[in-house]
Amino acid sequence: MNNKTQIEDFSGDKYKYGFITDIEADTVPCGLNEDIIRLISAKKNEPQWLLDWRLKAYQHWLTLNEPHWAKLQYDAVDFQALRYYAAPVQKVKPKSLSDVDKNLLDTYNKLGIPLKEQEALAGVVAVDAVFDSVSVATTYRAKLAEQGIIFCSISEAVQNHPDLVQKYLGSVVPYTDNFYACLNSAVFTDGSFVYIPKGVKAPMELSTYFRINAKNTGQFERTLIVAEDDSYVSYLEGCTAPQRDENQLHAAIVEIVVMNNAEVKYSTVQNWYPGDKNGKGGVYNFVTKRAACRGINAKISWTQVETGSAITWKYPSCILQGDNSVGEFYSVAITNNRQQADTGTKMIHIGRNTRSKIISKGISAGFSNQTYRGLVDIGSKAENARNYSQCDSLLIGSTCGSHTVPYINNRNKSAVLEHEATTSKISDEQLFYCQQRGISEEEAIGLIVNGFCKEVMQKLPMEFALEAGKLINISLEGSVG
Amino acid sequence: MSAPLLEIKSLCAGVAEKEIIKNLNLTINAGEIHAIMGPNGAGKSTLSYILTGKNDYEVTSGSVIFNGSDLLSLKPDERAKEGIFLSMQYPVSIPGVSTSNFLKHALNSKRKHDGLPELDAAAFLKLLRTEAQKFGVSAEMLKRELNVGFSGGEKKRMEILQMSLLQPKLAILDEADSGLDIDAMKIVADGVNLWHNNNNSLLIITHHLDLLNLIHPDFVHIYSDGHIVRSGDKSLAEELEKNGYKAFLDNK
Repeated sequence: MNNKTQIEDFSGDKYKYGFITDIEADTVPCGLNEDIIRLISAKKNEPQWLLDWRLKAYQHWLTLNEPHWAKLQYDAVDFQALRYYAAPVQKVKPKSLSDVDKNLLDTYNKLGIPLKEQEALAGVVAVDAVFDSVSVATTYRAKLAEQGIIFCSISEAVQNHPDLVQKYLGSVVPYTDNFYACLNSAVFTDGSFVYIPKGVKAPMELSTYFRINAKNTGQFERTLIVAEDDSYVSYLEGCTAPQRDENQLHAAIVEIVVMNNAEVKYSTVQNWYPGDKNGKGGVYNFVTKRAACRGINAKISWTQVETGSAITWKYPSCILQGDNSVGEFYSVAITNNRQQADTGTKMIHIGRNTRSKIISKGISAGFSNQTYRGLVDIGSKAENARNYSQCDSLLIGSTCGSHTVPYINNRNKSAVLEHEATTSKISDEQLFYCQQRGISEEEAIGLIVNGFCKEVMQKLPMEFALEAGKLINISLEGSVG
Repeated sequence: MSAPLLEIKSLCAGVAEKEIIKNLNLTINAGEIHAIMGPNGAGKSTLSYILTGKNDYEVTSGSVIFNGSDLLSLKPDERAKEGIFLSMQYPVSIPGVSTSNFLKHALNSKRKHDGLPELDAAAFLKLLRTEAQKFGVSAEMLKRELNVGFSGGEKKRMEILQMSLLQPKLAILDEADSGLDIDAMKIVADGVNLWHNNNNSLLIITHHLDLLNLIHPDFVHIYSDGHIVRSGDKSLAEELEKNGYKAFLDNK
């Protein structure tokens, strides 16, 4: 198989996989109807309340239309042609790294990923064989359990902690929220569940088993994080290594509940397959992420580095209900070639003295198009609310697009809102200056771009930040001449 | 006698199909200091851009041999790594990139090219501080974003610091004296004199005698309409200062 066809295969025409792969017993037919949802729920041995909830979501979804307000152009998704439940697909495995797409290996090497991990990422060996992930996960979990922290898949949580799941699931993102969130509520297959009890500070960064997600959580991922009073947790999602996923449509939900004096940091590096140079293939990423600061002095901080996906539709948001609560959004989004991203945040100020901060850095190259779309909403009771927004765009070349769409609703006179926005371009003069000092054009772009988004990168946990810096350089390769 | 370091032969070049350099010949040997003086618009800066490979500047005929190989086939960064340094008339600022980080990338690119191990952060900073001291560049200035908010004098000092750090074989100073007061010019000149030795060469592009009184050129060329109209030693510059360009241009 040559590189090109392999990339196209990775890019995920899922029907093709449907034909190639032997249909196993653990796969449901294509399409979406109540029977499919009952089947999913039964396979996961779910309680009646959850099935009922899924069915209500499905009925509601039937009344919704796919939204088209974002500045994104893509072919219509045929929702009846998708398969909504499949056990991890057994693809034809490469026998060794020499069978793996060279471009992919180059990227792993540039990211500095150890050989053993490369083998796992490329699917040469099972993840378990490298990490013995079962035992790693077990020790990890046991250590957390000592402090009463629950960290498991949401499927396990449904079985083992049904009360907690029932109490919080859909409480931040109700199934009626939007088209994709509603679809996710009907058909979500797996995801993570985190519960930090009162007064506990999570002793380590929680991530879905280090670099590699051991389970194929699929295209409808659902994550629920609950931080009780006085607790703290830092959660890492995603991985810098390119994620080849045969599912073209992703519609995930992340819900976070933050109680009195608690703090949650949520960091994401998203690097799903962006499609080829001409925009063929690539993942459509329609995500709903939202945190509710329910208690006083609660704090949520979103940090994201978005480099992948063909289409990104994503607005991690903060509902600042509790007095003095704080919401932060730090974002770096990079689009190259034909990628399109419409991303930003919503800061909903409800409580008094609530504060929010938005730092968004968008970098567009090639023929890509990027939109920052953000809402700052100050409710009538949000006395002394404050927001600071800074949206900077950097353009590379003259064929890309960058747009900033900030919405502000203010219903309280005591609020103080600041908004700054800049758009700049890497100039030929700057590139020449760097080159004249012996720095190649690509390295120069990396240097300038990393400088541009430094403020956000510093918010990432250390080892994530180093990798993310390299990732930025790789994402922009070939963006000039 | 050793081969010349830079040999420009019958060079014609320009930008956007406009010929600016017309049949230029110039040879610079190792250890020599050459000064090019000419009126505004003579194409002096174009020459520096042609030699360093700036985009949009195109050679129509002729050749440039640097250190025994064809210079014109190399990309700008490769020319820099081969040892050509241009101290720019108007250095651009690069927001977000700290001066010391930029210099570390530049030096390590060169070291990599020369087959030397790259310097780690600690070793680099030690070297940088020593160099910076020579040019009155403070540690605080090295932390600032490159050329952002630098005064005219600070920018020029930074250029010379970079030259000293990168140790080129040929340095081109494009109006290194413009906008500098006499003290600042002296710092620049001292830095250049400190760096210069028998193995490296200098091409100074200037309007004024002042800088040439501080850095003594072996050769002075009067440059007009894209080529050299007269060459001589430093006394030529003095003559020029006295009589103006017109005298030379009328006599040619």
